[in-house]
Amino acid sequence: MSSAIDPRQLAAGAEPRPNAGPLRRALASPMGAFGLTIVAIIVILALFAGLLAPYDPLKIDVVHKLEGPSAAHWIGTDNLGRDTLSRIFYGARVALGVACVSIGLAMIAGLLLGLVAGYGPRWLDGILVLFFDSMSALPMIMFALAVITVLGPGTGTLILVIALVSIPGYGRLVRAQTLGLKRSDFIVAERSLDAGPARIILVHLLPNVVGPLIILASMDIPVVIMLEAGLSFLGLGVRPPTPSWGSILYDGYNALRSSTTLVIAGGLPLVLATLGFTFLGEALRDGLDPKLQRRGLR
Amino acid sequence: MLRYAIKRIGLGLLILIIVMVGMYAAVFLVPGDPAAVALGPRATPEMKRMLMERMGLDQPLIWQVVNFFRNALTGNLGIDVWSKRPVGTIIAEALPNTLVLGVASIGWSMLLGVPLGCFAVVYRDGWLDRLVGILSVSVIALPSFVVSIYALLLFAVKFNVFPAIGAGQPGNVASQIHALVLPCFAIGLGWVGYLARLVRASMLEVMGEPHIRTARAFGLPEWRVVFRFALRIAIVPTISLVAVGLGGILSSAVFVEVIFARPGIGSLIYNAVTSRNYPIVMGTVLVTTALYVAITITADLLIARLDPRVRDVFRD
Repeated sequence: MSSAIDPRQLAAGAEPRPNAGPLRRALASPMGAFGLTIVAIIVILALFAGLLAPYDPLKIDVVHKLEGPSAAHWIGTDNLGRDTLSRIFYGARVALGVACVSIGLAMIAGLLLGLVAGYGPRWLDGILVLFFDSMSALPMIMFALAVITVLGPGTGTLILVIALVSIPGYGRLVRAQTLGLKRSDFIVAERSLDAGPARIILVHLLPNVVGPLIILASMDIPVVIMLEAGLSFLGLGVRPPTPSWGSILYDGYNALRSSTTLVIAGGLPLVLATLGFTFLGEALRDGLDPKLQRRGLR
Repeated sequence: MLRYAIKRIGLGLLILIIVMVGMYAAVFLVPGDPAAVALGPRATPEMKRMLMERMGLDQPLIWQVVNFFRNALTGNLGIDVWSKRPVGTIIAEALPNTLVLGVASIGWSMLLGVPLGCFAVVYRDGWLDRLVGILSVSVIALPSFVVSIYALLLFAVKFNVFPAIGAGQPGNVASQIHALVLPCFAIGLGWVGYLARLVRASMLEVMGEPHIRTARAFGLPEWRVVFRFALRIAIVPTISLVAVGLGGILSSAVFVEVIFARPGIGSLIYNAVTSRNYPIVMGTVLVTTALYVAITITADLLIARLDPRVRDVFRD
């Protein structure tokens, strides 16, 4: 195991750790490399959809509807004659955009609530834990559907729903970390030097709880992509005509008896995205978790 | 044990009340009245007022919640706005379909997933173990609605071996089972992976324990040690996972029931959401949450009974 800090790791924003070797090894494993490739492709598609897409994803051309693959439309057209490939490229943008915004919101809220629960007064901790438990007691889709009934479907509602269902997970993690850190020597020392709660939370607790939070968030990305696609599939997420992988799949499902190209093309990005993110997450976790390594060696 | 059970049930009830108060508060606080949205832009104020009254949304928030719970305790979940039938009856008709679907899905995935996890332990670090590992991660990641649609495409449309829609003819068990195959496959596939992984992981923990060493010292074959002695203890975390997972199955059921046009809780709430049918949505959320809370409590108590170590903790 090398003790030197890997500059590539610093560039990637990861914390320099003594076990930099396992991280590299994780990405060198076939599953990790496969995951990283897929994720990189999706990120590139999302960022450069405008340059890469051969057509306008919203341009309707009813004459050429539900066509199979051809030189003009590589993976065919949908029920309104829109180019499926272009829609899938732009769908990557929607999938990642919704995932990043909603997970970001949930992380901030979870961080705040978790810090308050872990460091604040006990009664507040009790209330927050009860809130986390109540949120987790709801089947996720049921909660999402209930919120959508009240607020009406749309991208904003979708982001809110995903953020709300994710908050308890982050909140619990931050709370547990904070409770552990609260009793550690450096916090006790800081407090005996008369540091106020604001300083302790912001300067000392925050940097220490952010790392695990980011790992959890990265493992949440495929779950959130699935949820966005699922709700858009049901017509309760991203509104048409905005291309979402879920709504492309829905259009394909509706046209199942007349064309199978659209339904296969609509499902594949979802399969690849979830596999890619999951494999990458697994490989990273296996590389970072020393306990798992030991088990593998046994 | 009894004190623990009472505490656990009390917490469950409290959570249920918080969830429903939260739901009502959300309806109450949201800008624009739900009746206007449900009726569309051409509704007259008179129509809106009548619909609000019928949905019980004209009363103060606290009364709405109190009334809801008072009625719910007597099994009255209100009247469906559109069909004018009791919400409780509608849910009671839909629930068995979803329960059958959920139990059958968990059932086949346990029958396959648990032995797969055990085999992975017996042949650990061999090719079978690796294959099971990669396959489980892959199927866990696959969204059930994509699996449903691909299964539908392949087995119902291309090969025409299973029906594409419906739950089979009423009264004809063979046709009902036939219609259950594809939906169960779609829901259970991810679970096979989950269970195989979980059983493998908890089995590896158990394999280091003294009683396993003793069994090995007696010269028992490895498969017998695994299936006979290790599985008994390793199965405990599986039970709590299955309990938590039933909530996930309810979520998958929404997609699967919509895709295969099966009657059930999932398609019921989906249709209610798209038509903004508040009484049905509220009733379904209450029933499913109650069901979910009840299942988790049962699982916790079951684990306390199964695992002697947990039982000892409660025997203050």
